[in-house]
Amino acid sequence: MEKFSTHTGIGVPLRRSNVDTDQIIPAVYLKRVTRTGFEDGLFSAWRNDESFILNQEPFSRGSVLVAGPDFGTGSSREHAVWALMDYGFRVVISARFADIFRGNSAKAGLVAAQVEQPDVELLWKLLENEPGTEVTVDLQEKTVQAKDLTVPFEIDDYIRWRLLEGLDDIGLTLRHEDAIDAFERSRPAHKPVTTA
Amino acid sequence: MGRTLAEKVWDQHLVRKGAENGAGQEPDLLYIDLHLVHEVTSPQAFDGLRLAGRPVRRPDLTLATEDHNVPTLDVLAPIADPVSRTQVETLRRNCEEFGVRLYPMNHAEQGIVHVVGPQLGLTQPGTTVVCGDSHTSTHGAFGAMAFGIGTSEVEHVLATQTLPLKPFKTMAINVHSADGRLRPGVTSKDVVLAIIAQIGTGGGQGYVLEYRGNVIDNLSMEARMTICNMSIEAGARAGMIAPDETTFAYLKGRDHAPKGAQWDEAVEAWRELRTDADAVFDAEVDIDADALTPFVTWGTNPGQGLPLGETVPDPAAIVDENERVAAEKALSYMGLEAGQPLRSIKVDTVFVGSCTNGRIEDLRAAAEILDGKQIADGVRMLVVPGSMRVRFQAEEEGLDKVFTAAGAEWRSAGCSMCLGMNPDQLAPGERSASTSNRNFEGRQGKGGRTHLVSPLVAAATAVRGTLSSPEDLV
Ligand code: SF4
Repeated sequence: MEKFSTHTGIGVPLRRSNVDTDQIIPAVYLKRVTRTGFEDGLFSAWRNDESFILNQEPFSRGSVLVAGPDFGTGSSREHAVWALMDYGFRVVISARFADIFRGNSAKAGLVAAQVEQPDVELLWKLLENEPGTEVTVDLQEKTVQAKDLTVPFEIDDYIRWRLLEGLDDIGLTLRHEDAIDAFERSRPAHKPVTTA
Repeated sequence: MGRTLAEKVWDQHLVRKGAENGAGQEPDLLYIDLHLVHEVTSPQAFDGLRLAGRPVRRPDLTLATEDHNVPTLDVLAPIADPVSRTQVETLRRNCEEFGVRLYPMNHAEQGIVHVVGPQLGLTQPGTTVVCGDSHTSTHGAFGAMAFGIGTSEVEHVLATQTLPLKPFKTMAINVHSADGRLRPGVTSKDVVLAIIAQIGTGGGQGYVLEYRGNVIDNLSMEARMTICNMSIEAGARAGMIAPDETTFAYLKGRDHAPKGAQWDEAVEAWRELRTDADAVFDAEVDIDADALTPFVTWGTNPGQGLPLGETVPDPAAIVDENERVAAEKALSYMGLEAGQPLRSIKVDTVFVGSCTNGRIEDLRAAAEILDGKQIADGVRMLVVPGSMRVRFQAEEEGLDKVFTAAGAEWRSAGCSMCLGMNPDQLAPGERSASTSNRNFEGRQGKGGRTHLVSPLVAAATAVRGTLSSPEDLV
């Protein structure tokens, strides 16, 4: 996983709350067996609509998505994160993220920055008034900055450290293989196995 | 201080407590007792293992089944959709390569993961169960801690049989009625839809829910599974119900349940899995089950539901701006008018099935309503058993005959129209009454409109052609 410290890119205002993962990427796209190439499925239902924000220049080149509250609810599909990243997004900003989405983001290296709703409104206004405005997300300082506006964001400390270091999950866990071995030796005999 | 059920199960699976490492609190490392795998969320995980040269640590704690996009018609022919076929074939190759047991299409044990685990007796009290599917919460009905995970977590569990997790908060959902029963025509599906409407689709966020109270105590295992299944629709990571005699009776004698002396040992351990009297939940919610009537959704998230006797709500009356906008969008997508009685809504399709309501009791309930009746003209009804076992059982009981005599289609097992990854989809604008769990835009097919209902409401709706409950039939 690549290290993340700061990122600057065009901000995309998405004035919708409760953007669920079926909206981010509909189930038909989940049939693929590869890890990449999901950008065409991103918001695919909405992209049929010409007025949708990602169909407009310069937003189509955006990399920082500013969305309404309860982003990423619904199914656990990690493809939602991949689709956002394959499209080019590195950061999603929202006042509230669904738990599973937040977890999935951390694992794939997408920054889910939690910003208070009034600040999200300010960002929306700014990005709508001046399309193409660049937004800088500083993970070290936990700030989002666009033009004269600088607002703080929240992110879990541990997730932040992982993103800053670019650390992969499995490698981290396997540093504790001894503890796993020991735990396995102590499991009760009545626990089920799938093979018996 | 006492501990809640969820905390007990958590503590029993702690491989390593997360340390304070200077960069914040590390998550705890939890051991996973059972990992269920299906064709949609696993290919990239196996791919990851292959890339890193890692094996599956515990194939004996892993089980795969094909469910999400298997056809439910012509099941002996090759899958027509090339992408579905690729996913299924990829799963078969991966299971073979990594030594994971797989129940493929047409196998007698095939079915929806969340139906298969419990019916095999693999889902047991006090276990940790994960699957790359958010409705893994179903297994919590046994007092297991069960939750959906993403594909990288699938890879993580395959490689290490553990998951790094942050502790959850706990919420008690107390469901009570005067006599501990639900009113006639009211099912556990109505209970959970009412809970979600009350606390909202984000109300459970960050929590493990524990359903308790005299109504829950009297529910069958299958009815409990329906409730736990939809915990995720309230935003919760998991939902649990303390194991009791009903749980033990359900498990006893199942293929993978403990046998002989181990059974006694297990039951003794399982009896400890109750929230202590002095334990404190982080939040509590009370549901008065005496006030519950059949519940249906009118909008595009599972929290947008109302008793069937009500009318479509008027967005203008909603104070919260986000919710108002969401309601407006929902009504326009659903093609509904504010003030319209819910009972006047005409449906094109009725779907009975899914991991929420595709078990034998659900099919029995629907069949009882349909027995000797005909479904309305112009309505199609799909009945899709949750697993091959459910299918065989239903056929043994003659339920298939009841469905087909009424004019419904009797299908083979799988997720089917719950998410429309196989050919069972709604056409744009088509409206369904569905016993599944999600009414999101396009969930059952692009442009499709979904009303979530219980199996009883589904069957009554099929007969009348408009959203109905069994009492409308007499
Ligand atoms: S039936 Fe529906 S909710 Fe259940 S596992 Fe299948 S797709 Fe998911």
